[in-house]
Amino acid sequence: MSNTKYTAALEKYEQHLASIGSQEMIINMGPQHPSTHGVLRLQLITDGEIVKEVIPHLGYLHRCFDKHAESMNYGKSIPFTDRLDYLSSMNNSHAFVMGVERMLGIADKIPKRVEYIRVLVCELNRIASHLIGIGTYGIDIGAFTPFMWCFRDREHIMNMLEWVSGSRMLYNYIWVGGLFYDLPVGFEQRCAEFITYFKPKLVELDQLLTENQIFISRTANIGILPADVAINYGVSGPMLRASGIKWDLRRIDAYSAYPEIDFDIPVGKGEMGTVGDCWDRYKIRVDEVKESVKIIEQCLERLIKDFPRTDTFDPRALVPKKVNLKAQDYYVRAENPKGELGFYFVTQEKSDIPKRVKARGPSFNNLSVLPELGKGTLIADLIAILGSMDIVLGEVDR
Amino acid sequence: MNTQEISTLIISRFGEHAIEKIEEMGLQPALFIQVDLLEDICFYLRDEKGLYFDFLNNISAVDLHEDGFLITYHLTSIPYLHTLVLKVLIANDRDEAHLPELPSVSAVWKTADWHEREAFDLMGIFFTNHPDLRRILLPDDWQGYPLRKDYQDPESYHGITIK
Repeated sequence: MSNTKYTAALEKYEQHLASIGSQEMIINMGPQHPSTHGVLRLQLITDGEIVKEVIPHLGYLHRCFDKHAESMNYGKSIPFTDRLDYLSSMNNSHAFVMGVERMLGIADKIPKRVEYIRVLVCELNRIASHLIGIGTYGIDIGAFTPFMWCFRDREHIMNMLEWVSGSRMLYNYIWVGGLFYDLPVGFEQRCAEFITYFKPKLVELDQLLTENQIFISRTANIGILPADVAINYGVSGPMLRASGIKWDLRRIDAYSAYPEIDFDIPVGKGEMGTVGDCWDRYKIRVDEVKESVKIIEQCLERLIKDFPRTDTFDPRALVPKKVNLKAQDYYVRAENPKGELGFYFVTQEKSDIPKRVKARGPSFNNLSVLPELGKGTLIADLIAILGSMDIVLGEVDR
Repeated sequence: MNTQEISTLIISRFGEHAIEKIEEMGLQPALFIQVDLLEDICFYLRDEKGLYFDFLNNISAVDLHEDGFLITYHLTSIPYLHTLVLKVLIANDRDEAHLPELPSVSAVWKTADWHEREAFDLMGIFFTNHPDLRRILLPDDWQGYPLRKDYQDPESYHGITIK
């Protein structure tokens, strides 16, 4: 590259690292550090135990989602969306599929049974994702037991979703215009059994971690994220709600079957410290699991009573043979367990291959606030802050 | 507030030339903004009472072949719940020595910081006044901009065959 203007920022960064004070030290956390939840590298400039600056380095898991999506049709991209946030694949494909359906103009024609099944599997997946978030957060700050408990309960969800779709984590179950298959016979009953089993386990988890004094001392009043800073950095999902903003796209955009379902939106109240601290971010996830349980119960009830399985019901009835779109662009957003997942489509005339698909990962934006939050904290607190963000690197790097 | 009303407000504040056209063909109408006024208009949209676009959802760069590059901004106002799409079209310039340029909006929304770094990294768009415009997903010494339609995969990277 001939023009030095384009490399000036890189030189500035290198000079900055070279010119740190004699009492300061550069510490590399990651890319293989367990508490970075994947392959994230953080460069810390420290003064003793105090973190003066955090410089995140991304891209270790970059798999070119955008480029892949430009070379294949919309249906074929769905398995790739599963691999963005691989802990909540159902939610990813739901968002992607909704965007294509709206552009096709078939979003209102999707059968209610399909919509309720989508919401059901998405909420199951949301619980699974939040359980990982809660469990690994415990591990990050030294509590090992919650991790085992969370994974034990998550395993039931994984088994159920495997029964539905044939795959444990990367489902490719929600298709444009419908579903891969109807729910297997007996799924509703088994799901209801799981909910009965899971409710007391949530209480146990609450007792073990939420009100644990050691846990509170590590998380309350740590990494306080004020609401205005959160919004300015594009933070969304549980992190934004923990800062006191009641912002849930399931309510705001009222997509799929959510307008017919009754659930609350938990927001951070600063019960143990200040609004927007690590404890609030943790607590939001616990509360959201409880809300998801409520949503699942309502879905099951309606699936059994109002939209039962029939011999003639075909979940693929509306699946288009070829996605024929006119030239247009559309940005679709949906509430993922981590926050706002967006897909920006630019279509081509008379082609079922998009010109451009950009994925807006919630973790990518949530992580961008880390240099701001990490400034001036202790190294040990930085781990607590990073864990409370609950990022998935598959989505940060795409 | 819909796109038409917002465009009237922008025109009354910045003049006729601020908005090049209003695109209403798709599901989401969009405003094409004059490049030089981009940052001022963004500050106005963020701070003006009644508009208050405090949340930047997404910035995407699109390669339109000979039509140039399209940068799209998706905005949301959290208190008023309305959304807006801004678009900026920049001329087609594929010489690696002069990347297409437009002003950065990272002073308005911090979200733009990493999104613009990504657009620089993958599409080769240079954002002036950006505080730290390094590559973000690819290695610092990567050559070329992979999301461009005319990008050719290199044969190797540091001696590793990658084709």
